[in-house]
Order: sequence, then C-alpha cells, then structure tokens
Amino acid sequence: MDPLLKLDDFTMHYRTKAGWVQAVDGVTLSLARGQALGLVGESGCGKTSIAMSVMKLLPYNSKVVRGRILFEGRDIYSMTDGEVRKMRWKGVAMIFQAAMNSLNPVYRVGNQIVEAIVTHEPETSEEEAWARVRSLFELVGIPKERMYHYPHEYSGGMKQRAVIAMALACNPKMIIADEPTTALDVIVQDKILREMDQIRRKINMSMIYISHDVSVIAEVSDVVAVMYAGKLVELGQADDVFKRPRHPYTYALMRAYPSILGEKHELATIPGEPPNLLDPPSGCRFHPRCDRASAECSKADPMWREICPGHYCTCHNPVEIGGTWVGQVRSGKAADGGDQLGTSSNS
Amino acid sequence: MALPATADAADAILRVEHLCKYYPVSRGLFQRRQLLLHAVDNVSFEVKRGEVLGLVGESGCGKTTTGRLIARLTFPTTGRIFVDNADVSKIQGADMAEFRKKIQMIFQDPYESLDPRMTIFDIVAEPLNVNGMGNLEEREQRVAEMLSLVGISPPSAFLFRFPHELSGGQRQRVAIARALVMNPTFVVADEPTSMLDVSIRTGIMKLLAQLREDLGISYLYITHDLAVARYLCDRIAVMYLGKIVEVAEAEEIIKEPLHPYTRALISAVPVPDPAVKRPVPTIKGGVSKPINPPRRCRFYERCPVAKSTCAEQDHPAPREVSGGHFAACHQL
Ligand SMILES: Nc1ncnc2c1ncn2[C@@H]1O[C@H](COP(=O)(O)OP(=O)(O)OP(=O)(O)O)[C@@H](O)[C@H]1O
Ligand SMILES: Nc1ncnc2c1ncn2[C@@H]1O[C@H](COP(=O)(O)OP(=O)(O)OP(=O)(O)O)[C@@H](O)[C@H]1O
Ligand code: SF4
Ligand SMILES: [Mg+2]
Ligand SMILES: [Mg+2]
Repeated sequence: MDPLLKLDDFTMHYRTKAGWVQAVDGVTLSLARGQALGLVGESGCGKTSIAMSVMKLLPYNSKVVRGRILFEGRDIYSMTDGEVRKMRWKGVAMIFQAAMNSLNPVYRVGNQIVEAIVTHEPETSEEEAWARVRSLFELVGIPKERMYHYPHEYSGGMKQRAVIAMALACNPKMIIADEPTTALDVIVQDKILREMDQIRRKINMSMIYISHDVSVIAEVSDVVAVMYAGKLVELGQADDVFKRPRHPYTYALMRAYPSILGEKHELATIPGEPPNLLDPPSGCRFHPRCDRASAECSKADPMWREICPGHYCTCHNPVEIGGTWVGQVRSGKAADGGDQLGTSSNS
Repeated sequence: MALPATADAADAILRVEHLCKYYPVSRGLFQRRQLLLHAVDNVSFEVKRGEVLGLVGESGCGKTTTGRLIARLTFPTTGRIFVDNADVSKIQGADMAEFRKKIQMIFQDPYESLDPRMTIFDIVAEPLNVNGMGNLEEREQRVAEMLSLVGISPPSAFLFRFPHELSGGQRQRVAIARALVMNPTFVVADEPTSMLDVSIRTGIMKLLAQLREDLGISYLYITHDLAVARYLCDRIAVMYLGKIVEVAEAEEIIKEPLHPYTRALISAVPVPDPAVKRPVPTIKGGVSKPINPPRRCRFYERCPVAKSTCAEQDHPAPREVSGGHFAACHQL
C-alpha cells in the first residue's frame, strides 16, 4: 500500500533581507498509516518548516526549490485550493508550536472546538459536539467548567492542551504535533501522551511528533528522524536511533541530555556555533562541530545510505556500534564505549 | 505561618509575603454569578542575592501568575512584595520606571511576547533606547553581543528579520537577550528554554550561571523541567494549585522529596531511552480545580497517602522538616 505521506527530495528556502535561508534541503522520508514518526533536531534546523510544508501553509517569502510532497499518493503542490482544504479538514490536523495563534481570543474555548466539529462534520449535532468537547477536556485534564472561559484566562499549558483537544476533535488521519507539550509538567504530559497514543492505535492515525525533547520522542515514536541544519542526518527505528546512534550529531545530542537520575555531572554541549543557514558549511553541514570530521567531510556531502537494515545515516565516519567514540578519548573521559547509551538509566 | 526563610532577611533580594491573586470568573455560559479562581493563594518565599530559585509545578498551578505579580505586571489581591527590603507592591511613577530597569521578565510564550512589527534589532535594543543608554553604534554592538551570547549567530543574519521569520526556539532566545541587555538585578524567567534542544539549552543555562557569577543577577526560574531545575537552581520550590507545597535545596528535593506531589512529579520524569517504561505516576487521576477550592489540603483528592484528617483541617502550613527543607503536608 502507498504510504500516507511521502516527502521526496523536498527542498524549501526562505527569502530574507540578508539572503536565502536554506531551511529544508533534500528531505526524503515516508510515513505509513498508523505510524508515529518523531522528528528531532536543534532549534532552527527546519522542523516547523517541514510541518508547514506538509500543511501547505508556507509564508509568502518561501520557495519550494525542488522535490515533492505526496499525501495519499497525490502531490499536494499540484492540488487545487479546494482539494487542499479538504485534505486539511479530514485528513491532517496540526498542533501548532504557537498554541495561542490557533485559539481565537474573542471566543470561549469550548465554543471554538464545537464550531470546528460541526463545520467539519455537518452531520454532528451541537449537543453531540459539546459532549465530545467535554470528554476531550477530560482527556487533556482541564476541568470541564473551564470550557466556557476565554483563552486569556488559561495558563500557558492549558492553552496548549486546548489546542491538542481541538486537533483530536475531528478524528484526523494524521496529526502533526509541533512541540505540543513544551509547557506541560511531566505528569500532565505523561497522561496526554498515553491518551494520544491510545487514540492513535484505536483509529490507526499517523502522527508526526516534533520535539526537541528526546525523552518524549523516545516514548511516542516508532520511527525517529534526526535533522541538522535543514538536512535529515539519521532515520531509523526509535530503539536503533537512541541506543545505537550512528551519526555524530545524534550521538552528541544523546550525551548532552541532563538526567535527574544518578549523580550530577558536568553537562555536555555540542561545541561550536549553530550553523548559518544563509551560507551553510560545505560538505557535511555538521563538520565544523564534529569530533569525527576528516578531510573529506568539508569537501563532499555525505551520501544518504542504509547503514544497517532500516537504519539510515549520512556521514563519512559514522559512529561504530559498541566502539569507542573518538570524542570521549580526546576529552580525556573514560572510554566506556557507545554501548553506554543503552543503559542511560545509569542508576 | 512560618516563612521559609533560609538566611537573615537583609540577604534577600526578593521577599514575598502572603501573596494572593484571585481572579473572578464566570461559571458558565448563562450563569453570571462570579466565582473566584485562586491562582496564587497565600504564598511566601524569598530569593537571596545571587540565588536561583526554581519554581516548578503542575500546569495551571499559578507559576506565571506568581512571576507576573513579582514583576508588577498585575496587582496582588493581597500580600506584599519586597525588593531590596523596600515594599514595591504599590509603587508608581518614577519609582516604577526605576523598578522596571532592575527587574525583568522573560515571558513564557515567545509567540505572544515579541512585538510582530519590530525587527529583532529593535526588540533587543528597545530597553536601551527607553533608558537612553549609549549611542547608536554602542547599542548595535551591545545587541549583536547579546544575540551571539544566546546563540543567534551570526547576528547579522537576524538583526533585520521580524519575529515571524524566526523559529520558536530562536524567538525564545531573542526574548532572553532582550531581558538581559540592561544587566538587570533580578530576572523572572518563565519557562525560558522550553523550546530549546539540550545543547542550546545547556549553553543558555551556562550563560545565566555566568551572569549570576559576574553580575550577581538573581533569578526566579519557572520551569516544568526538573532536570533543568536540578542543574541551574540552588533551591527549588514546588507549587500545587496556588500553594507552595515544598521548598528545599535542589539536590535534596530531587533525592529526598517529601511531599507526595513532589514524589509523584519526580517519579514521572521521563528517561531518554525507549526501552525504559516508566511506572504510571502514583498520583490519582482527576483534574485540579482552583475555582472556590474547599478549605482543606489542595492535594487531598489526588493524594495517594491522604487520611481522613487531611480533609478535616485547612490546607497545611509549610513546616521545616529538616534544615532548610520545608514541606506542607499533614502526614509528615
Ligand atoms: N518566515 C521565515 N522567513 C525567513 N526565515 C525563516 C522563516 N521561518 C523560519 N525561518 C528560518 O528557517 C530556519 C528553520 O526554521 P524552523 O522554524 O523550521 O525551525 P525549527 O526546527 O522548527 O526550530 P525550533 O525548534 O526553534 O522551533 C530557521 O533558521 C529560521 O530562522
Ligand atoms: N487573567 C486571568 N483570568 C482568569 N484566570 C486566570 C487568568 N490568568 C491565569 N488564570 C488562571 O490562574 C491559574 C494559574 O495560572 P498560571 O498562568 O499562573 O499557571 P502556570 O502555573 O503558569 O501554568 P502553566 O505551566 O500551564 O503555564 C490557572 O487556572 C489559570 O487559568
Ligand atoms: S560526515 Fe564527517 S563531519 Fe559530518 S558528521 Fe560525519 S564525521 Fe562528522
Ligand atoms: Mg519550530
Ligand atoms: Mg505559565
């Protein structure tokens, strides 16, 4: 069967006063029905840009340079406006990173969701819609009497939860959730992630889950894609990517994660500066910050290749499984091997 | 009520006493009867000079409201706020202008807080302009310096962009740069790094720690991320439904949480490993209702260790259980 969503060498740039921002560059990936894809990467690497491209909601100063996005086998950039609207309504719902922008400040929150339901499903009565809103509020943990309040009477995390409720209201085929739980404490987050996961399995919904939080991605995704500076650098089953990261960026990302378990230790960062997307580094875009970089890294763009079955990576010198990471030796730390990540619960 | 004071009062840059903020809210669509939402309810604490106090707690428990009260962006219903031992709860006019120079707030949502019509340069330079600091060239230099400190690099690629041309995390960093550009003495940082990946976030945490070292800046650091609080904060205060339920040194609270809510919170922190299945939090389900709360422990309905006596008494006052470790629970 066709995948639900397919990005094929998709490349998109933004025009600014200072030049073209190369925000998405040659991204190829696909999402099956019912699958959950986690998208991680540094702030500003192009995650939201991919989401907006899939929703066909790009701003005026953007340009699709090459490639295609197929939804149910159809190129969304050659669909008519009517077809796109239909796709957005029943097909894809988005939880925007800017929660506030998806709530209308002058309407009560409950009314907005009811309105969304009855416009998308004219056969649903208003009472049924209100009943659904009540159960959605319960699901996201907001007391139901607060359905009648305005967005400005909500806390930051409550707005986020209201937007999650809105996205779930119409049983979409796919949800793109862009940092949906950034304002939530772990208990509320945990509840919502579990509930969303259940709904996803029940109605066989696909999901793209964008987050900077590796632990959230680890919990909700089947497949994980890692981005760096507009490019996909690693893709594979969640277990493989987190336990046996092969790209040096993913490896460094996993090591930088602070934990509340175990002893407090010096926090690792990824040295160097975030890349300038107006003029990205030559060759591998990660090379100026990479511990494993060799001479060819600054010259040739590494190929996207399947390094193990189902595990893709673009790197000239991928991290060996279970091997010693060069960076650990250089920085004088104990060379306890790549395997150390597999036991990151270091109790 | 015992104030969770740790040192003599002269040492405190900020002290709040019995702070309350109640919002009138309507009950439903057709019922106009006003009810009171207890957003912040009798909260007292202090922040020492050069200290970072973390404020963590459930979504909707009153963290932002506490921050806004301290930054004087909203009036307390009752209670007092002292900065440098001077009562600032009612100041106005010139005093207020002076206060605004010293106290900065980094807002939770960078999509709401940055003026969409201003360029990044104007946003960060505005406090300098308002206070007539430096000439244009000096301001440009200062703005570029602040932007590169927060990892917006190279600054020249961003100076003349508008907020909508930035990613979420980039906006957050612009908001941080703006708050720090004037070298404030006290910063209320409301989830300032919630959209940042670990590496950039660690960079910002190191920057904040450095500024505290160099300039003695103190912070109230609101976050839901306990791992961040552990690394950045000296002490952590835990809030639940408008009340502070526990305060202690950061390491102590992570390792020896006393209050049942804190315990649940810490046990629920996820681990970045898909193989580790976390236990379901020990806390009972249900939603927290801050509107006209009954006179008993706010955590009663969801508490795994509650006894009937908890329902019979008013919300417990914080009690010093061991040196500097305060908790508000009848069962301790
Ligand atoms: N409308 C725009 N015009 C110009 N540049 C833009 C625009 N939107 C985003 N950018 C730039 O494109 C790059 C990618 O932005 P995007 O919002 O996709 O990042 P992101 O991965 O979602 O980051 P974050 O985690 O911080 O939200 C960033 O460097 C950003 O500055
Ligand atoms: N202007 C307002 N009018 C009415 N209620 C309000 C107002 N502002 C906040 N509240 C309510 O006060 C309570 C505390 O809100 P606050 O924003 O302080 O929470 P918070 O701890 O910052 O939560 P979050 O982590 O979700 O941002 C919430 O129940 C909220 O709905
Ligand atoms: S290609 Fe080279 S520079 Fe890029 S990540 Fe691999 S080793 Fe590092
Ligand atoms: Mg984004
Ligand atoms: Mg808040």
